[in-house]
Amino acid sequence: MILSCPHTHQPSTDPPVTLHDACPACHAAEKQNSRRAEGDPTAMSTPSPLHAVHEALGAAFTDFAGWAMPLRYGSELAEHKAVRTAAGLFDLSHMGEIELTGPDAAKALDHALVGKLSAVKPGKARYTMICDTDGGVLDDLVVYRLAAEKYLVVANASNAATVAAELRERAAGFDVEVADRSADLALIAVQGPTSAAIIREVTGADLDTLAYYASVPATAAGHDVLLARTGYTGEDGFEIYVDGPLAAEVWQALTAAGAPHGLTPAGLACRDTLRLEAGMPLYGNELSADLTPFDAALGRVVKFDKAGGFVGQAALERRRDADVPEKVLVGLVGTGKRAPRHGYAVLDADGTEVGTVTSGALSPTLGHPIAMAYVPIAVSGPGTALTVDIRGTQAPVEVVKLPFYQRPA
Amino acid sequence: MSNPSNLGYTEDHEWVDSADTKSATVGVTAYAATSLGDVVFVQLPEVGAKLTKGEPCGEIESTKSVSDLFAPADGTVVEINEAVVDTPELVNTDPFGDGWLFRFEVTGDLELLTADEYTEKTREEG
Repeated sequence: MILSCPHTHQPSTDPPVTLHDACPACHAAEKQNSRRAEGDPTAMSTPSPLHAVHEALGAAFTDFAGWAMPLRYGSELAEHKAVRTAAGLFDLSHMGEIELTGPDAAKALDHALVGKLSAVKPGKARYTMICDTDGGVLDDLVVYRLAAEKYLVVANASNAATVAAELRERAAGFDVEVADRSADLALIAVQGPTSAAIIREVTGADLDTLAYYASVPATAAGHDVLLARTGYTGEDGFEIYVDGPLAAEVWQALTAAGAPHGLTPAGLACRDTLRLEAGMPLYGNELSADLTPFDAALGRVVKFDKAGGFVGQAALERRRDADVPEKVLVGLVGTGKRAPRHGYAVLDADGTEVGTVTSGALSPTLGHPIAMAYVPIAVSGPGTALTVDIRGTQAPVEVVKLPFYQRPA
Repeated sequence: MSNPSNLGYTEDHEWVDSADTKSATVGVTAYAATSLGDVVFVQLPEVGAKLTKGEPCGEIESTKSVSDLFAPADGTVVEINEAVVDTPELVNTDPFGDGWLFRFEVTGDLELLTADEYTEKTREEG
């Protein structure tokens, strides 16, 4: 057996290899390893501020984009189930956090990102993207407007350095300060149906007024934190941003309050199957610099009605107006237990290759294989019968509407 | 979990109980099972299938990854573990016992690592 890519991206090559080509975390880890091999002591995996806590919990670690992060504590299927039925406690301190502060913060972000961040009200958040001048997606982001002149940009770990550098460059000429807080901010998420009860107990915050994609300053374990109602699991959930040195106390307070609510520490392995069931894109799988937001069927996040233009605008306008055969991101469900995985070919009824799987797994909640894939519009209708080449076997799949899983209302 | 000293090991994280070469038992090690995560699907060779040393003869899928099983030696499959096909998590819960995969008649050379050698190898891999 060859043990393959441990990250939240699916290994897909035949034979499997240890470095997954399409996995940004593997590439970041590889870069880190070669720098370490060249004797650069700063190239060691960065431990999360919660590392000692994870060690005490017996976590299996993975090097994710230069961070040593918990992959799982025990069984990732049990952790997945805990998030669907009770709540999971995640350490996401590897995520990048970049603060923009100053009178031009809104203008600078309108210029730097494809979204209209000036239209976001203080206390609210927005899902958006940063593109290059060709319109290619450099990262997908959640941006919180903390105050009229203060924003927090949250980037994927593997792109955090790129995003920080781009924001600095793009903010030049604006009256705004750009500060990369990735190294000193910890991020803890509580996700699942019982998360509100746990967060209410620990923070005392009024959650009835805290809507999805909103944030509020709060207190946890006696410390000032930023509490947000966001997540990447398809469940109701919260994310807590806190200074690294204080994170362990917040984690312990959540653990104590969460025990009667079934709160379970959960690693990055189940985070990936949770987001896949919820039909959410993952950078490196569904998104890349080779795709514009329109190619990813996320053109709605691009706002052209912004004064002063934005990076990538001309290319994105051309792409919007171009008469190119559209591919769309669809859900595929299969039978049996073998899952279509990242990179596998999708074939139509005639056996012609029509697309590629971007993510796939045996769904822990549904019990059957699920996958996302880019296919042409002609074969994208729900109910369309397609096949996926699973390592030489043609496995029948059916197109379904995303998401695969929606939490009970 | 320590590697039982009565078993032999391959570089590919499989164990072989070759006490009876007419029916040598093959499984994956606890180290491999832990690295894979929760095993959700096992594809085994059929009874009667000819094995060629080092060639893929099956697959183990976890939620996160797919890994090939490699034949530890030339031979012929004489029995497969139906229980592990129905209940793949046996690979995680009892890798050296109920999670065994198949038995084969060894016809070629069987070159295996000792438990100590294999333990050393996995220590190096971290």
